[in-house]
Amino acid sequence: MINNEKLKNDISNVGYRHFIGKIFLSLFIISTLIGIIGLIILLIRVGIEGIPWLSTDLINNYPSRKPDEAGLKAALFGSIWLMGLTGLFSIPIGIGAAIYLEEYAPKNKLTSLIEINISNLAGVPSIIYGLLGLSVFVYAIALGRSVLAGSLTMSLLILPIVILASRESIRAVPGTYRDAAYALGASQWDVVRKVVLPAATPGILTGIILGMSRAVGETAPVIAISALVYLRFVPDGPLSRFTVLPIQIYNWVARPQEDFRGLAAAGIIVLLTLLLSMNSIAIFLRNKYQRESEE
Amino acid sequence: MNTILEAQHLNVWYGDFHALKNVDLKIQDQKITAFIGPSGCGKSTLLRCFNRMNDLVTTAKVDGNIIYKGTNINSKSIDPIKIRSQIGMVFQKPNPFPKSIFANIAFGLKVNGFKGNMEEAVEESLTKAALWDEVKDRLDKSALTLSGGQQQRLCIARALAVRPQLILMDEPASALDPIATLAVEELIRDLSSYITIVIVTHNMQQAARVSDETVFLMVDDQRSGYIVEHDNTKQIFTQPKDERTEAYITGRFS
Repeated sequence: MINNEKLKNDISNVGYRHFIGKIFLSLFIISTLIGIIGLIILLIRVGIEGIPWLSTDLINNYPSRKPDEAGLKAALFGSIWLMGLTGLFSIPIGIGAAIYLEEYAPKNKLTSLIEINISNLAGVPSIIYGLLGLSVFVYAIALGRSVLAGSLTMSLLILPIVILASRESIRAVPGTYRDAAYALGASQWDVVRKVVLPAATPGILTGIILGMSRAVGETAPVIAISALVYLRFVPDGPLSRFTVLPIQIYNWVARPQEDFRGLAAAGIIVLLTLLLSMNSIAIFLRNKYQRESEE
Repeated sequence: MNTILEAQHLNVWYGDFHALKNVDLKIQDQKITAFIGPSGCGKSTLLRCFNRMNDLVTTAKVDGNIIYKGTNINSKSIDPIKIRSQIGMVFQKPNPFPKSIFANIAFGLKVNGFKGNMEEAVEESLTKAALWDEVKDRLDKSALTLSGGQQQRLCIARALAVRPQLILMDEPASALDPIATLAVEELIRDLSSYITIVIVTHNMQQAARVSDETVFLMVDDQRSGYIVEHDNTKQIFTQPKDERTEAYITGRFS
């Protein structure tokens, strides 16, 4: 039975319900704006302070006590080395672990224990990874305070991110694709390689972007492992000592002279450029794969 | 009458649930056999035994023999991959890969190590599935750009590409509109001149229209499926021997 009286009341309330809807809509718009405005203010400040200091000297020079001569060549190349090696380790291992957990691992208590732990690892503070890397890679395996030790540590740090994102996107591949492939006589590896991975690639690339962005901006683990600022050479191999952009920036910000603050802002611009160019490669690849499956 | 596939004392369990009970059945070569029956009677389960798709369900257990051309393909010593490249399958919802039309057809050939001319093989399969004229100018476009009916005929072409002698179809037209359904049914009739087809359908008119043989399944009070009657389609739809079959086909229960 429909209560006509109540129905009429509800209908007469439409104006009030629209009003409530509008209040929430404006709250959501404000929430969005807070994030964007904060970012814009940050970028404008960095731009105003840093752009005057952007020069070829900044990229070509090593650190110096004199602001006019100081550059971040060592840190820039250190960051590039660190990124390259970290990607080399974490991308194949992360995707491999995700494939195993999603496609092959038996669904039992051990597997779910591993899954829970990987999720938890994504939340462990980065300095803890730094100390782990110091004791394991630097001392126990005796790699020294090298860019190799640093990138192995950074790989551990971002592996949970890469694994979680890759698993999500592997899981999102419809089971009907797998059925279709199996029914044509495909082996499990055929299914993984030719059906699941291509379909999951855009999501996996998103995970890699997130992980690598985290790694390029991390300071704490590198402080624990390298702790060098006045480095007057670029890494010439995986066992070379190194420093990275966030450490250089931090060091400049901590200086009392006003000029170094400008240098720090310029360093942030270089760091953001590195990050964005790295991400744009991944985004380009992701869009390419998405287009291929839709066209 | 030649038998291409025979199920002997087939029983299927999902965990503790006895899904299919004591199935004995002969599928005739180069005929269309339809499985009909109410929801949950095990039609699809039975179909998925024939190409070992139930192997992919970890809780499933299939007991009994399935003799395909003299070999028991339900034996653990037989690799299901080999069976699936000889017995094709078409699913309820069209499920082309998110790849080009060409790549969809080529997929099965590639995984089975086909070494011949791929262009010719793709054209041949699409022609057999009556799809070539509609797609020949856009083979490099994604299969997802096709209509639902075209997608399903593409899935049939994809199954045909690996040249199976038997194709299993699990309600292949249930997600299609009436016109697309008719096109698929016509295609199934054409294919039956050289291929054996087993088709599961909810639609009794469809079974009557396309099939030569009809198998009627039902569920018992433990929800286990079993075969009630198997005869040629005309017999089943005009003079069924079992009164439960008659009740079902005249629509007295579903």
